[in-house]
Amino acid sequence: MGRDLEKYLRPEVKSTPFCPGCGHGILMNLILRAIDALELHMDEMLFVSGIGCAAWIPSPNFNADTLHTLHGRAVAFATGAKMFNPKLKTMVISGDGDLASIGGNHLIHAARRNIDLTVICANNMIYGMTGGQVASTSPVGAITSTTTEGNIYRPFDLCKLVLGAGAPYVARYSVTQPVSLIEAIKKSLTTEGFTFVEVLSTCPTQFGRRNRYDSPADMLTMLKESCISKQEAEQLTPEELQGKVITGEFSDGGA
Amino acid sequence: MTRRKIDSTLSPGFYYFSGNEAVAEGAIAAGCRYYAGYPITPSSETMERISIRFKDVDGVFIQMEDEIASICSVIGAVWAGAKAMTVTSGPGFSLMQEGIGYAALTETPLVIVDIQRAGPGTGQATRVASGDLMQAKWGSHGDYQTIALSPWSVQEMYDQTIDAFNLAEKYRVPVFLMGEEAIGHLRERMEVKPTVDIFDRAKKPGAPPFGTNQDDGIPPMPAFGEGERLLVTGSTHNEFGIRKTDDPEVHANLVTRINNKILKHRESIIKTEPYYLDDAEIIVVAYGFTARSSLFAVDRLRKEGKKVGLLRLKTIWPFADGIIHQIGRVAKKLFVPEMNRGQVRGEIMKYVACEVIPYNQTNGDIIHPHEIMKQVRSLL
Repeated sequence: MGRDLEKYLRPEVKSTPFCPGCGHGILMNLILRAIDALELHMDEMLFVSGIGCAAWIPSPNFNADTLHTLHGRAVAFATGAKMFNPKLKTMVISGDGDLASIGGNHLIHAARRNIDLTVICANNMIYGMTGGQVASTSPVGAITSTTTEGNIYRPFDLCKLVLGAGAPYVARYSVTQPVSLIEAIKKSLTTEGFTFVEVLSTCPTQFGRRNRYDSPADMLTMLKESCISKQEAEQLTPEELQGKVITGEFSDGGA
Repeated sequence: MTRRKIDSTLSPGFYYFSGNEAVAEGAIAAGCRYYAGYPITPSSETMERISIRFKDVDGVFIQMEDEIASICSVIGAVWAGAKAMTVTSGPGFSLMQEGIGYAALTETPLVIVDIQRAGPGTGQATRVASGDLMQAKWGSHGDYQTIALSPWSVQEMYDQTIDAFNLAEKYRVPVFLMGEEAIGHLRERMEVKPTVDIFDRAKKPGAPPFGTNQDDGIPPMPAFGEGERLLVTGSTHNEFGIRKTDDPEVHANLVTRINNKILKHRESIIKTEPYYLDDAEIIVVAYGFTARSSLFAVDRLRKEGKKVGLLRLKTIWPFADGIIHQIGRVAKKLFVPEMNRGQVRGEIMKYVACEVIPYNQTNGDIIHPHEIMKQVRSLL
C-alpha cells in the first residue's frame, strides 16, 4: 500500500492480518484510494463489518469510527446507526459468507428499503477464517473442507440478488481489475441509497491449495481469465460462458 | 441524574392505558428516540403506538425483518448516540440472545421489553407465563450480567421503562423489562407526572471507552461522529477497543469488570417491597403479576390474624440475595408462587436454609389470589 494512504490507517496498527497472497489487501488499498480520490474525511465515515477475514479490512485498520459486529449482522447494525444519524457516511465491508449466507436476509431487506449504505462484499468463494468450508458462493465442483468430492450446489449470483431487491447501484469487479474497482467504489460512495459492490477476491490458503491453484499468482490468473465484461459476454454462446464471471455495472444509480 | 420537564406531548395527568401502551409512553418520557422491532404477540401494541407517537417527538422507528435485525440495529443506533429500545416476546427474545451478549461485552446501553407468553417453543402466544427469567440471566453464551425488572401494574410498566433506560445508561448494560402478557394487556389508570428523572450517559472526550482503573468501573461512552474514531468490537478488546483475542489478562479483566460493575453495585440496583414482614412466619416471595395476587391473598390472611407476609421482587437480576438471606433466617417457611417451573425458587434456595415451598402453575393462566390463600393456609 502506498505511503500516502497511511494517513487513513490507525497509527497503532502496524501490519495487515491477511495471509500471504490474500486478495483482501488489494481491496483494502482500493477502498482507501477511492476515499482519497473523493477527499472524504475519516471523521465523517463509519465502517461496519461482520465476522470473517473481510471484516478485518476496516477493523482495526481504518482510522475512523468502526463497528465490528456479529457474524452476518453488519447491515442490520449499519441500518440502526445510519437511520439515527444520517450524517454518518456509512460503509459496510464484509465477506460473502457474512453478507450473503448468514446475513442474506438483512442484505436484501436493506436493499429493499434503499437505506443509504455502501456495501462492499469481498467474495472469495469460501469460508476462509474457519478453515475453508463450502460457501453459498463456491463454484459447482469446488473442493472445500466440507465438499471433498466437489460442491454440488449452484452459487448465488449476489448482484442479481441485490438488484432484484431494488438497489440503485450494483457492480461486480475482481481485485484484478483495480482501476474499474476504484471507480465502482467511488460511484457507490457518491450514489444516494443502497449501493452494492461485489469484489471477487482470492483465498490461496483455503481455496487455492484445495483447487489446484498452487500459488497466489495462479489464483489471480484464474480470476483474470474468468472475469469478462458485459460487452464481451454478449458475444459469447451459453457454452462459451460456462465458468466465466461477468463483471461491470448492473445498475448504474440512474447516472 | 437530572430532573427535567417531561419531554413528551402527553400532558401530565391520569390516563387509562394498557401495559403495552404505557411502555411506549415510558420510553418516550425516558428519552428513547430509536425503536426497531418485529411484530410478535402479545407485545405488538407497544410497537404500534411507538410508530405513531415517534412522529410527535422526532424519533426514528423502523420495523425490521426479524428480531435479530431489531436488536442489532438498536445497538448500531445506540453507538450513533441514541437511547434505543426493542420490545418482543419469548421466541423473539430467543433470537435476540446473541445480540444481547454482544451488547453486554461492548457495554452498550439498551432496553429490551419481553412481554412473556407461555412457552417453550411457539407455546401459547396469547397466554401468560413468567418463563423467561433464566433466559434473561443466562440466555447468551459466556459470563455476563444484565439487569431485569419485573413490573406488576400499568403504572410500573411506565415507571420501570424509565428506570430501565436510566439503569442502562448508568451501568452501560442491556436492561430487560420482564413484563407478562397479563400486565401487557391489562388496562388500568396510571399517572404521567410533570417531571421525570433522567440519567444521560457519561461522556469524556479522549478517555478510553472500554476500560477504567477500577475492576467495577463504568467507562464513559462516546458516539460515532464525535471525532473519537471509535473501535467497537464484540471480540475481547483492550480499553481502546483494540482486539485482544489471545491475551489471557485482557480477557480476564474485561469479563471480571463487566460482571463486577453490576454485582458490586447490586445494593443500589435492587428494589424490593416488603409487606407485613416483621412478625411473619410464612413469607410469600413473588414478582410480576403473581405478586398482585399474592398481596391480595396476604391482606386477606392478615385480616384473619394469620402471620403471613410478602416480599415483592421488583428487580429479578441481579438477584436480591441480601434480603432473601435475611427473611430466610426469620421466617419458618417461604412460599414461592410462580408462572414457571420454579425459576426464582431455585435462586432463593441458594441463599436460605429454611423450607422453600414452590407453587408452579404453567397452564397459561394467572395464579389467582384464592389459590395462593388455599396453599398458604395449608402451610399454617
